[in-house]
Amino acid sequence: MKNPLDSLWGTIVTGLVLTVILYFVAKSLLG
Amino acid sequence: MDYVPALSRWVHFLAGVMWIGLLYYFNFVQVAALKAATADGTAAGITKHVAPRALLYFRWAAVVTWLAGAALLSDKFVDAFTLRNGMAPIGIGAWLGTIMLFNVWVLIWPNQQKILGLKPASDEEKSKARRVAFLASRTNTALSIPLLFFMAGGWSHRAIFFGM
Repeated sequence: MKNPLDSLWGTIVTGLVLTVILYFVAKSLLG
Repeated sequence: MDYVPALSRWVHFLAGVMWIGLLYYFNFVQVAALKAATADGTAAGITKHVAPRALLYFRWAAVVTWLAGAALLSDKFVDAFTLRNGMAPIGIGAWLGTIMLFNVWVLIWPNQQKILGLKPASDEEKSKARRVAFLASRTNTALSIPLLFFMAGGWSHRAIFFGM
């Protein structure tokens, strides 16, 4: 599988996906 | 000491804009420019005159950003890094910033020194350094997206976290 960080769009999508995941982590920690 | 948070926030923004601005310059502009410049034999202009200067401001802006951020957190520093007492959103931002600072000083800068010839390295070492520095830089670009989401948190984010 190609590394998504090799392309700019892959990098941006990776960042957006990570934002969504971390949002739910933060929300659960806020109770 | 009431002026400390305001000044810390200001410095944090100024240095942060320089740090992330140069990070985006590297990723959105210089990588592609260097590829084109190498093809027509003009890469030295970038590697000799532009990249070392950009890296100087880049790595020290990262340090100033982190220190000003730590000063801004002040007595909430431990709560932020342990994600407790309502500090989880900014704490996640602080962790992302810390990981990015680590990447700058431990992965990007030492490898860039080899790539730019500021530190002796064989062709094989340079080739490996290029890949490590590139991936660390791209990782920071990806991390900057959630970083800015959490760093920008405040009243504007209440609706997102609490539905208000």
